[in-house]
Amino acid sequence: MASGQRHQQRVGDRPAVKYTLIGITLVLTALLLVVPLISIFEQAFVDGLAVYWDSLGDPDTLHAIGLTLFVALLTVPINLFFGVLLAWSVTRFEFPGRKLMMTLMDIPFAVSPVVAGLLYLLLYGNNGWIGEWLYEHDLQLMFAWPGIVMVTVFVTCPFVARELIPLMQQQGREDEEAAVILGASGWQLFRRVTLPNIKWALLYGVILTNARAVGEFGAVSVVSGNIRGETNTLPLHIQLLYEDYQATAAFASASLLALIALITLIFKAFIEWRQERAEQLH
Amino acid sequence: MKSKLKVIKSVAGALLLGSAVNASAADQTILNTSYDIARELFATYNPVFQKHWEEKTGQTVEIKQSHAGSSKQARSILQGLPADVVTFNQVTDVQILADRGKLVAEDWKSKLPNNSSPYYSTTAFLVRKGNPKNIHDWGDLVKDDVALVFPNPKTSGNGRYTYLAAYGYAQDQFGKNATEQQNSFLKTFLGNVSVFDTGGRGATTTFVERGIGDVLITFESEVNNIRQQYGADDYEVVVPKTSILAEFPVAVVERNAKKNGTLDVSTEYLSYLYSEESQRLLASFNYRVHNDTVKAEVADRFPEVKLLTVEEIAGGWPNAMRDIFANGKQLDQLQRR
Amino acid sequence: MPSSLSVASAKTRHKRVLPGFGLSLGSSLFFISLILLLPMTGLVMQTADMGWSEYWYVITDERVVASYKVTIWAALIASVFNGVFGLLLAWVLVRYEFPGKRILDALVDLPFALPTAVAGITLATLYAENGWYGELLAQWGIKVAYTPLGIIVAMSFTSIPFVVRTVQPVLEELSPEEEEAGITLGASDWSVFQRIIMPSLWPALVTGVALSFTRSLGEFGAVIFIAGNMPYVSEITSLMIFVRLQEFDFPAASAIASVVLIASLVLLFAINIWQGRYLKRLHGR
Repeated sequence: MASGQRHQQRVGDRPAVKYTLIGITLVLTALLLVVPLISIFEQAFVDGLAVYWDSLGDPDTLHAIGLTLFVALLTVPINLFFGVLLAWSVTRFEFPGRKLMMTLMDIPFAVSPVVAGLLYLLLYGNNGWIGEWLYEHDLQLMFAWPGIVMVTVFVTCPFVARELIPLMQQQGREDEEAAVILGASGWQLFRRVTLPNIKWALLYGVILTNARAVGEFGAVSVVSGNIRGETNTLPLHIQLLYEDYQATAAFASASLLALIALITLIFKAFIEWRQERAEQLH
Repeated sequence: MKSKLKVIKSVAGALLLGSAVNASAADQTILNTSYDIARELFATYNPVFQKHWEEKTGQTVEIKQSHAGSSKQARSILQGLPADVVTFNQVTDVQILADRGKLVAEDWKSKLPNNSSPYYSTTAFLVRKGNPKNIHDWGDLVKDDVALVFPNPKTSGNGRYTYLAAYGYAQDQFGKNATEQQNSFLKTFLGNVSVFDTGGRGATTTFVERGIGDVLITFESEVNNIRQQYGADDYEVVVPKTSILAEFPVAVVERNAKKNGTLDVSTEYLSYLYSEESQRLLASFNYRVHNDTVKAEVADRFPEVKLLTVEEIAGGWPNAMRDIFANGKQLDQLQRR
Repeated sequence: MPSSLSVASAKTRHKRVLPGFGLSLGSSLFFISLILLLPMTGLVMQTADMGWSEYWYVITDERVVASYKVTIWAALIASVFNGVFGLLLAWVLVRYEFPGKRILDALVDLPFALPTAVAGITLATLYAENGWYGELLAQWGIKVAYTPLGIIVAMSFTSIPFVVRTVQPVLEELSPEEEEAGITLGASDWSVFQRIIMPSLWPALVTGVALSFTRSLGEFGAVIFIAGNMPYVSEITSLMIFVRLQEFDFPAASAIASVVLIASLVLLFAINIWQGRYLKRLHGR
């Protein structure tokens, strides 16, 4: 970090510029992100701490929390795996249809989540051609957790690749090509050369995927069936509580979702700390 | 502290199990698919029925609940949500299960008394304390300085009832054939709306928490809930002299219940809603009921209203949907700039 | 970027030096087909039943067209705002050390984790005339909640992470040499930023803004609570789709959805092509 140096080395290191930019950012963030967050917590705690814990201790809420985490735990690794492969193939090789593939990957961003859910429902629901076969074999995908995982994977699948592609394009493939020429195997190449270069982008990809996976409402609500204590995820449960004039309990659960999003950031801080320590040891 | 521990434990448990089926101790399990604001209602009714069923047959039954907007619920059932019974707030949403999926019986309406609607409600007004704009009937809602809040008829059954009730009033007032006067009334009525929320709950929030509008139009049962929730002193309920009969239809999803082997318990689950005990329970949730004894007990809470049916106003739901609410029809024409 | 090496790589491009082509391309195609394209067949099948004239009739309905205009304008303003604010946020997070930085970093993802309805309700609470912001703004005669302005607020809230998280990794990997050289040679901060930093950031920034824009086009939950949903004034396209769904009119819903989908994909495709050209120019400079 340049902050230790005496004279300016990089753009924006001059104190006047630095503190102005930090100042503007903090004010804007406070107005646009912090205050809404405070407002959520305010509404969650409006009836006191005891009510807050009680509303979170409700069995249906607990199940919703568990289901939401379970879905995220399945979704993130799937999307991480395919996201890396996808980014690798489109940034490291030239082939016809490459740009088209990159665009197709963005479909989930371009489709309204409710429509996404509907499409899965039309395909795997009773009236779809796959659905009929599933029904005959007594396999329940929709209105059960597999359906929820499927649409969550759909909604969040572009994030990892989307984070990696601009960076990997910008870096180019020289380092890796050099490594191959020096005789590195595929796995060695990935672990030693690619991974260190892309780790931050990868992490942001995971963070975004996770955040979006725990918070997804529209698509999940279409395929979930909203069965309490069974297929209600936390966002659906929040909606239900709110509709049912349980605003305090709804906002308590919402505050919890905000906290789940922060967990990934703690994870990030942990990795940073480990890396700093590793650097000190060497 | 205890509940904190419980939270952690259960989350951990749920994580380990995934969503593996909770091994249920009950002899039978049924899934009741219901509309979004009926959570408390069925949370109270289910234990009553479980007790009744055990006394009657010696068997235990577990009742799972699903709640969401009833059109969405109908869509889900058509696509394979294994519901045993439906308890909706929209007749059309039950009908579509019969029409499109042959999931409920063709004659579901005659399977139980009162068009298979164990309870009903009507459309009423909530006004601010002291009724400053002096609102007493539908005619007062088209005054220049009155701002209205009710859910969008395009997205909400509640909103459709409101629109039909206003239409019914206009027919009553100007005569069935005075289309021009009716339309001008309805146009002003729609023009006075400040916010179109997608559902009843959203409209309530807009009116109560955001302080927007002079009148909130919604189900009478809701109006009373709102007063209980947000304080009885700040709002007053106005029940107009004429309004609409809003039925809350119930039906057994026969195809699913047969497959699950729950036909008997499902049928009884719905029939028992007509028992005196259940009707009293329903009335406590501010729904109007049919049982004469209970009716007499709660008569003071439910003012006399001339209730028009959808048949009288628009010739039944299929016609109403086709001629009024469908894309480009009466409602859209009146909302055109 | 070491530009001497990229010349070398341009020469060797026809040979595939790097491993994993078959594996990565194969599994990517498999994944895209199964997760993305297969469900899309549903959209095609629904709209295919309609025939052209009916399709055209549904998507050019007067009220739907009004909703396109509202949605596109709001999304455009929201995403441009996010471009500026997002770049600033990313810059501050990458370049400076200050107390509370970690918290700031964490807050960026908040809009994604909150269910959109919660975001919508919360924003409506704040911006309504009896809310914290609404009261202040009302003094200036500005109304946000239940006007098209509210739509912009909701859209920019729900899509801000796109810009920040797309720009951030590129900014972090930016090598300091050229920048330091520029400064040492006496160039002003602004000209170094413009000439040396921005060229590397453009692709990521544009991608972030475009993603923010497309996400805003499809946003539903957050917007409907604050929009007011008045016909022709503050109805968004997603609401039109939702209405068709409520009417069990799946073909019409799919038709309108397909318009949004095609528009978004064309935009993203164009950006991908532009990016490829831009990067080639940048590296081959």
